[in-house]
Amino acid sequence: MPELVIETERLTRDFRIRGKGATALRRSTLRAVDNLQLRVTPGESLGYIGANGAGKSTTIKMLVGILVPTSGSVRTCGLDPHRDRRRLAAEVGVVFGQRSQLWWDLPVRESFEILAAIHRLPGPDARARTGELIEQLELHDFLATPVRQLSLGQRMRAEVAAALLHRPRLVILDEPTIGLDVLSKQRLREFLITERHTHGTTLLLTTHDMGDIERLCERVLVVDHGSTVYDGNLDGLARAAGSDRTLVLDFVDATPDLTGIPHTTHLGSEVAGARQRLAFDSEKTTAAAVLAAVGQQAELRDLTIEEPDIEDVVRRIYQARR
Amino acid sequence: MTDSPRSSPSVPRSDTLPGSHADESHHLPGRFAGYRAVLASRVRSQRSYRSNFAIDLASSALVGLIELAEVWLLFHQVTVLGGLTFQQVLLVFGIADMCNSIADLFVGHCDTLPKYVRAGTLDVFYLRPQPLLLQLMTSDISLRRVTRAGVALASLVIGLSINDIHWSVGTVGLLVLTVFCAAAIFSAMYVWAAGLQFFLIQGAEFTNAFVYGGRYAATQPAAVWSTPLKVLFGFVFPMALSAYVPALRLLGLPGPAGLPTWLAWCTPLAALWIWAFALFMWRLGVRHYQGGGG
Repeated sequence: MPELVIETERLTRDFRIRGKGATALRRSTLRAVDNLQLRVTPGESLGYIGANGAGKSTTIKMLVGILVPTSGSVRTCGLDPHRDRRRLAAEVGVVFGQRSQLWWDLPVRESFEILAAIHRLPGPDARARTGELIEQLELHDFLATPVRQLSLGQRMRAEVAAALLHRPRLVILDEPTIGLDVLSKQRLREFLITERHTHGTTLLLTTHDMGDIERLCERVLVVDHGSTVYDGNLDGLARAAGSDRTLVLDFVDATPDLTGIPHTTHLGSEVAGARQRLAFDSEKTTAAAVLAAVGQQAELRDLTIEEPDIEDVVRRIYQARR
Repeated sequence: MTDSPRSSPSVPRSDTLPGSHADESHHLPGRFAGYRAVLASRVRSQRSYRSNFAIDLASSALVGLIELAEVWLLFHQVTVLGGLTFQQVLLVFGIADMCNSIADLFVGHCDTLPKYVRAGTLDVFYLRPQPLLLQLMTSDISLRRVTRAGVALASLVIGLSINDIHWSVGTVGLLVLTVFCAAAIFSAMYVWAAGLQFFLIQGAEFTNAFVYGGRYAATQPAAVWSTPLKVLFGFVFPMALSAYVPALRLLGLPGPAGLPTWLAWCTPLAALWIWAFALFMWRLGVRHYQGGGG
């Protein structure tokens, strides 16, 4: 059994918060992470989803040794992140969407040179790796530009390169695509896919962008108020939420509402029934069976199948818990 | 655990081609290469805006001159203060302000820790394989303080030449020792202030009272202090030991009550004490930041 890259055991973190005004002397406790059990094997790609304040950043900070757990334990790359922080720093690369590892007043290339010295990479190794990252992340055009003059998309690509310069085994990306345009997102995702493929890097990604999860993650972890509400693959997430797929049916003529098809729910009609939406449970029936039943009642002109929207799925999971 | 490639460096073997300096690049960068690279970049960046840098240097020199003028004005009213004349106080001012400017030059940015916390720079330090405090200390350098140190150095040199000092190996040794230890003492002041600011967000007012109050106190003759002040800035924060007491020793003057001049040789102890205190405060602060029982 290979060594786990991340292993937490009942990982818990509380914050003591002070009230405002009259309650300033009273302290209350907020549980940001609640008994998190997480095991990530080498090469896995894990998407970590949750609303703001669900405890994602706190978990990441505990994984890299910035915060100490209130109780429970955490091991990252086989190390205690708090005690062995400096050794761990060689194994982990982190991109915080909101904070920069680059020197704002230096050209991008100089930041890389300094980071290579900090990580004590041998010269040829540092040059080879920098070259590889420049090539794959397409950094050529702005290598000589001071970081403060970069666009958001350029800066984020430079940040990713900075975090990956020392070839970490585990790469943690906290909201890497926040604020990026479609093209920049696309580029970054493609790079991460290649990087995983060629180096077997383990990825942990927090994001609000479901596209990131769909493209990059085999496994999804949904957290709510510090505790895990789902841990599994993407398809299973949709099933867990009981989310149905939707058939959008266009008919030749106006058609009365199709309410009697087995294992389906009529979601609505438009254009006097010429377009109708039916949700069907893919566990109990098939699209073909539904179509056959529909075909007996009206003449179909066109159809599309809508996959469940993950954002919607997560919302449902949250709602089911309240 | 599998070894990453860089933990098994390809050490150049002695049987490689003689004089093949090209192999230099196969060496791991030294332990301090990272710190050096950061500091060098800070120096480059400060010097790259020439006019800006010149203004910074000039304003810093001006601050030093104003501080010196303040002392001079004080002695314009009285000829002797705390048993010292203006000529003699030049020595105290020179040592204290020069060493403080040196400390400020290298580690003065430490007490702006809340800025590092807010910008997330501190979290980024955690991701690098170096001790946090060393990273903080070497994250910046304030070259503009050079001119203020220069003003103080001039005052020290004048003080040393116009006063009647019996030069010997002992006095030279004492002067050198004092300069090193005083710089260390003032550096420690910035470090403990940084540690405390983990607890007091917006707490700079409080620590400034000690850091900059102490800086001012160090340039003054401690003989005029009340006993509580002598305890606070004589021993707890050894300001009087950093310049005043050694200056008395150099001048061959007796110390005031509570501050005998043999203490001049105890500045290394004072430096050790304040550094121990500073590191303790820093640790406490870091533990608080991480929430590990702070």
